[in-house]
Amino acid sequence: MTLIHFAILLPIIAAVFIGVLYRYYKKVHLGWFVLPVPVLIAAYLFTLIPTVSNNQVIFESLQFMPKIGMNFDIYIDGLSLLFAILISGIGALVVLYSIGYLSHQEKLGNFYVYLLIFMTAMLGVVLNDNVLMLYLFWELTSISSFLLIAFWFNRERSIYGAQKSMLITMFGGFLMLGGFLTLSLITDTFSIREMMDQMPAIQESPLAPFALILILFGAFTKSAQFPFYVWLPDAMEAPTPVSAYLHSATMVKAGLYLVSRFTPLFAFSELWVWTILLVGLVTLVWASFNAIKQDDLKAVLAFSTVSQLGLIMSLLGVGALGVHSGASEQVFTVAIVAAVFHLINHATFKGALFMIIGIVDHETGTRSLKRLGGLVTIMPISFTLTLITSLSMAGIPPFNGFLSKELFLEAMFAISEADFSVLADVSVLFPILAIVGSIFTLIYSVILIRGIFLGKVQPKTPKEPKEAPPLMLVPPIILSVLVVVFGLFPNLLSGTIIDPAAMGILNTAEPLNTEISHWHGWDSPALWATVSIVVIGTLLYLFRNTWMPVYRLGSKSLSINHFYDQGLIYSSLGAEKITDGYMSGYIRSYLVYIFSGFTVLAVITLINTDITFDWSTTSEINITEVAIMLIILASLVAILITASRMVAIIMFSVIGFSLSLLFVFFRAVDLALTQLAVEAIITSLFLLAFFQLPKRARHEERRRFKLNNMFISVAVGAISIIFGIAAYSNRLFDSISQFYIDNVYDLASGGNMVNVILVDFRGMDTLFETLVFGLAGLGIFILLRLRVNKKGENEYEEHA
Amino acid sequence: MKSTLKKLGYARVHKQMNDVFLKYTAKVVFPIIIVFSVNLFFSGHYTPGGGFVGGLLAAAAIVLLLLAYDLKTINKMISFDYKWLIALGLAVSIFVPLVLMIFGVPFFTHQAFYMELPIFGEVPIHSAVFFDVGVYITVASATLLIISLLATEQAMSDSEGADRH
Repeated sequence: MTLIHFAILLPIIAAVFIGVLYRYYKKVHLGWFVLPVPVLIAAYLFTLIPTVSNNQVIFESLQFMPKIGMNFDIYIDGLSLLFAILISGIGALVVLYSIGYLSHQEKLGNFYVYLLIFMTAMLGVVLNDNVLMLYLFWELTSISSFLLIAFWFNRERSIYGAQKSMLITMFGGFLMLGGFLTLSLITDTFSIREMMDQMPAIQESPLAPFALILILFGAFTKSAQFPFYVWLPDAMEAPTPVSAYLHSATMVKAGLYLVSRFTPLFAFSELWVWTILLVGLVTLVWASFNAIKQDDLKAVLAFSTVSQLGLIMSLLGVGALGVHSGASEQVFTVAIVAAVFHLINHATFKGALFMIIGIVDHETGTRSLKRLGGLVTIMPISFTLTLITSLSMAGIPPFNGFLSKELFLEAMFAISEADFSVLADVSVLFPILAIVGSIFTLIYSVILIRGIFLGKVQPKTPKEPKEAPPLMLVPPIILSVLVVVFGLFPNLLSGTIIDPAAMGILNTAEPLNTEISHWHGWDSPALWATVSIVVIGTLLYLFRNTWMPVYRLGSKSLSINHFYDQGLIYSSLGAEKITDGYMSGYIRSYLVYIFSGFTVLAVITLINTDITFDWSTTSEINITEVAIMLIILASLVAILITASRMVAIIMFSVIGFSLSLLFVFFRAVDLALTQLAVEAIITSLFLLAFFQLPKRARHEERRRFKLNNMFISVAVGAISIIFGIAAYSNRLFDSISQFYIDNVYDLASGGNMVNVILVDFRGMDTLFETLVFGLAGLGIFILLRLRVNKKGENEYEEHA
Repeated sequence: MKSTLKKLGYARVHKQMNDVFLKYTAKVVFPIIIVFSVNLFFSGHYTPGGGFVGGLLAAAAIVLLLLAYDLKTINKMISFDYKWLIALGLAVSIFVPLVLMIFGVPFFTHQAFYMELPIFGEVPIHSAVFFDVGVYITVASATLLIISLLATEQAMSDSEGADRH
């Protein structure tokens, strides 16, 4: 445990205390207690900046499960530090903002616990070196995002959005795990660092393309790239602080982090380069095109986020092309620098925009563009902030978005001129797509400003609009100040944060010495592109009524959302069909399946292996054992012939108690004890369930002889005996029990071997068994108490 | 036997059956079983016993009370919510192996040390005990949850039946 490990785990530890605190103390808004956590982490991370910008990396190992290579290894270079600072910094602002946004009536305990879990998960993703741990934290981000989207869980749209995001991101995450495992097959390690050292092995391996594609699935689903972006607009049902934090500034960038982290590994492959580049550009254009038609303000921002993520993704593609071709040309480095720079800029302006939209929603009661307008006189501060951040998003000087947009356009122009064998014919398309995407971005930025704040005052807002309280204004003001400062003095960032991060992506130790300048000269194509974007964008905005009908083209049944919904319906229908096919509802049918399957498999095994029976090692049978076996047999026969269920139950427990007696004779005292306790409880359970059984119908009272059942039961019994004897006669290797006998005191300092195995040597098994036990209890609770009422709704019955 | 069974569904018989012997025995035996269960639990590391058996025995003790008295009385006596106890038990058994990592050892590496206590002399303190506490709580509460659920169900179907007649 080092301070860094503690910093990652701090939020989740705090979550425990926060949850308990909220139960007993509600006077002060819970957010004030949460706020120190991200602030402390951010402060600590800032102290690491000097180390990292001196091109040093920090590596701290913590053994978690060393036997399978799953260790909590922290690796901090410029790239991970940048993400970690974004997570904690924006996190602090979002918590501050949420104090104003969420009132005391909301379930604050839930909200902050989920948020803190997310913080740990996200920090864990970006600071980890071990892919297994990375995956663990990756899925934890999906789960906490699910919980946060479903925060208002009585709304149908929230549940729909939460489920959608969970299904899509977990689908990708699971494929990503496949990619990681494939990589570890090639390199025989789970550490990303050690994988990097085995570059030649990866390049030669035929498995590499599979690993690459699978990992890209994870990145594209998480970062909402085309065609997986559909979950992000629906995720906007979450409270606005969550949208600002998870679905704009941090979680959706985890995919970008993954791509950046694996760029040095996979950039040798053309597949990697072109997939990222093309998917990124398509996402940029498609999402920004769709953002314009949205009426809900948060939907506009959601599509805008998707398109900006596409932009950064395509820049990473250009950068990867540089690593791929081995060319040290300026253009590729510029692309990576632009990607990192735009990542920071996007977090600032989009985070602020989300917060302002949240303010507008909070103060007017609506997010619909149709019902808003003319708020400039009422909310002057929010208007100013929107103006700054929207123009930054549109790429207008002097804000920071302009600088990174220029770098982006420059990279796209450069790559279209460069000569590459594959896709050389279409490379001219790259700058065109980039410009088209930027034009749409400009249009929806203007729509945001004009639609909310300018134009006619709309009188019919659900609430009387007023300026937000200062508490809610502070976080967007801080972000907007950053937008301006980074816009005017970009080189504040370049040496300290951008360069180390870019070097992390490129995996080089050479200093980049980036200088970001505002003026690239008259002959820079990016300049003319910007000018044309502004001109064409303004024209298109002014004449938008003439071309807006374009959105009505295309049928709904072709949309990705339709595909998703239908897929969901049909997969559940299909599952139902299959399940109905074999789930008869009778335990006896299931037993028939299980035992027939067992018999078939066992017989196949018996035929294919030569088994010998060796009686020499078996011990002698003494009279007590024979007696017990006779009692068991007699009870069995009694169960079969008796007409009374009561007798059957009692005979059943006789078998159990005789069995524990047998254990005593074999000196297995632990087993005997457990068996006795289990038997006592099972008997009482049986007696309780006794009343629940339906009355036997008259024709059932006589037992009929069932040939099938007899055949199955005789076969199962015979096979069990054969296997038991065969297993004892054919020792393929030494029994492990000697190891336990030798080590029970030295390694576990215990005396009772059975129990030491349970809690120590094989403690994981016990852990999961307890989990199964607990879940079985809860499952029965749900089965008995959650009923469908007459209206077809689920109803929870509470009986004291 | 039959009268005992009827006890399980307390509403089935309207006049309370007064099984004095059973009730009295249960009263006397209950603390003995609980003490034995705790004893089993603590002796687990050196002699037969452990969290699983201990938990089952604790559950069995309460089941005995359930047999002697009725569900309402038991619920009044023991007012835990078993669902929460399950969660607590699981939390304990996952946190102990995690907390062990503070000692700089891998997940689930138990630590043992010895302590000098005034009366007991040298007492071993083993982190496995804390893990086993989680097992004990989970096993006992899950068993009790299932049994009390079935008993409630039983009582409900009885009262419904009584209403109909």
